[in-house]
Amino acid sequence: MSRLVTLLQRLKDYFKLLLTHKMGLVGVVVFVIFGIIAIFAPFLRTVDPIRTGLPVNVLTPPSSQFWFGTDHLGRDIWSQTIYGARVALLVGLTGAAATVCIGTLVGLIAGYFGKILDEVIMRIVDFFMMLPGLPLMIILAALLGPSIWNIILVISITYWPWTARVIRSQVLSIKERAFVEASRSVGASDRLLIFGEILPNVVPLMFAQAILLITEAIYAEAVLAFLGLGDPTTISWGMMLNFAFESGLMHRKIYWVVPPIASIVVLIISLTFLGTAVSDIMKPGYREARGL
Amino acid sequence: MALKGFAGFAIRKASGAVITIFVIICANFLIFRLVPGDPIRLLFRDPRASAAAMAALRARFGLDGTLWDQFVAYLRQLFLHRDMGLSFVYGEPVWDVIAGRIPQTLLLVLIGLFIAGVVGTLLGAMAGWKTGTKFDSVVVSFSLSMYSIPTFAMGIILLMIFAVTLGLFPLGGMYTRGADLTGWAYVRDVARYLVLPTAAIIVWYLGQYVIITRSSMQDVLDQDYIAAARTKGLKESTVLRRHALRNAILPVVTITGLDLAFAIAGVIQVETVFRWPGIGRLMYESVLKRDYPVLQGLFLVFAVVIVLANLLVDLTYGYLDPRIKVGGGS
Repeated sequence: MSRLVTLLQRLKDYFKLLLTHKMGLVGVVVFVIFGIIAIFAPFLRTVDPIRTGLPVNVLTPPSSQFWFGTDHLGRDIWSQTIYGARVALLVGLTGAAATVCIGTLVGLIAGYFGKILDEVIMRIVDFFMMLPGLPLMIILAALLGPSIWNIILVISITYWPWTARVIRSQVLSIKERAFVEASRSVGASDRLLIFGEILPNVVPLMFAQAILLITEAIYAEAVLAFLGLGDPTTISWGMMLNFAFESGLMHRKIYWVVPPIASIVVLIISLTFLGTAVSDIMKPGYREARGL
Repeated sequence: MALKGFAGFAIRKASGAVITIFVIICANFLIFRLVPGDPIRLLFRDPRASAAAMAALRARFGLDGTLWDQFVAYLRQLFLHRDMGLSFVYGEPVWDVIAGRIPQTLLLVLIGLFIAGVVGTLLGAMAGWKTGTKFDSVVVSFSLSMYSIPTFAMGIILLMIFAVTLGLFPLGGMYTRGADLTGWAYVRDVARYLVLPTAAIIVWYLGQYVIITRSSMQDVLDQDYIAAARTKGLKESTVLRRHALRNAILPVVTITGLDLAFAIAGVIQVETVFRWPGIGRLMYESVLKRDYPVLQGLFLVFAVVIVLANLLVDLTYGYLDPRIKVGGGS
């Protein structure tokens, strides 16, 4: 129990430190704003984002009725943009969580047991890292069929090796430390050592990985959806751009592409800032250098 | 291991690459056979097609017999005839379809890479030289932003500003259809179409070069020989040009071409947005038309190129690094 309290205290310290970092603060604020939009989407929308307004309200410019105008099927662009935040954050958070879990588990096992097991696992990791990421995701998404859960699966399949590698090298150094040796000498089992002693020490690193992976996952979903591999039952920003692009009307209807592009760009840039801030504050000696 | 020195190192690395490529080929074969549903039935939804006609189609695309038979036939075709099957859409050999698109992609990527490399290296070196100044922080946050914007979004932004609003460049494609230009007129025509997609590639790559050169420059500036050059009383500009820049660029050169997966991802997006007829656009078209043999072929080509590029980099490092020459370690 006390271990959990220490861990939470450490994470809280990191978070406070993050808010003193300029880029970190911007990232957190923008992320929270998008989070609020995603959660309260049903209250912020004006009409059902996938209800078509055929045949009367096709491609109407922004007005008091349709704040951002309508698309080629008469659907409200404002409401689509609002719901797009939901898809982005759902894919980002779930994709990152799944990837971090897989990567951490693999990294813990490889780093802790070492020897032949480590060798074999790292060969597999190297193999996956060698594959071209976007083509792999495109092919898997095309074969598995368009659904949001398949996109999340595809993202985890593509990104887990990076997390596994980072976690493994951390585990290698942690397992040599005195407190692990002490536990081992009093007869702690492998499972207790891995999950009780080592895991709590890689948790901050898992969070840092998660930030990077949220960004990657949102990016990947946007690209896949833009390439026509999005889930047809939901509307994401990438899909809105795909519709605009494929309709051939994009260049005559600027109001159609500005909201989704602005959303993707603002969210991804602020997440990148957040990632930079997190890697800054986790560098050894950051706190001291800042006199904190 | 009996083999020592660079030869042993090279053989180990090369055999590793061969094994990787073979595993990729097997995985590539299997992935596409695991498609739920019969691809032939999906593609040719003609209820009047006779059983015999369907069987003939299956044989034509190498989809008859047991999975093992198909696998053996696939390998034999691939290794003996360099044949990756027939495109569902074009009905031509997959390799011919892909090869026809490669020059356009190289044209786009090489020009973009070159400009991004030169400009990015200079900007990054300047930023590293003036670490902590206003110039440095502007360059870094600008590059970081440009670098993180999804490439297809950047493409659409460029398209909307320079092609739609300002009307300076065409909306997409590679040349004016129906104009039948030749000679210089054709080159000038293609160049107009080339500007925006190249700009999208440059914007993407620039950030990477800036960040890498900047940190490389910071490392170099900490070295003793820079301090020595300064104590000799050399002018700052001389120290920068003769000592710092030259050494800072070295790691950047080796990094160029290393991150091919990154380049491939960018090319797919840029070519799609600008309808540039290269292999990236081919991938998008094949997804839309579910042309599985072409997708399979493209994946194989991308993967093999990446494995070979990595091998080349490993061998170069091994050749340059005396520890590997002597010790033969991995």
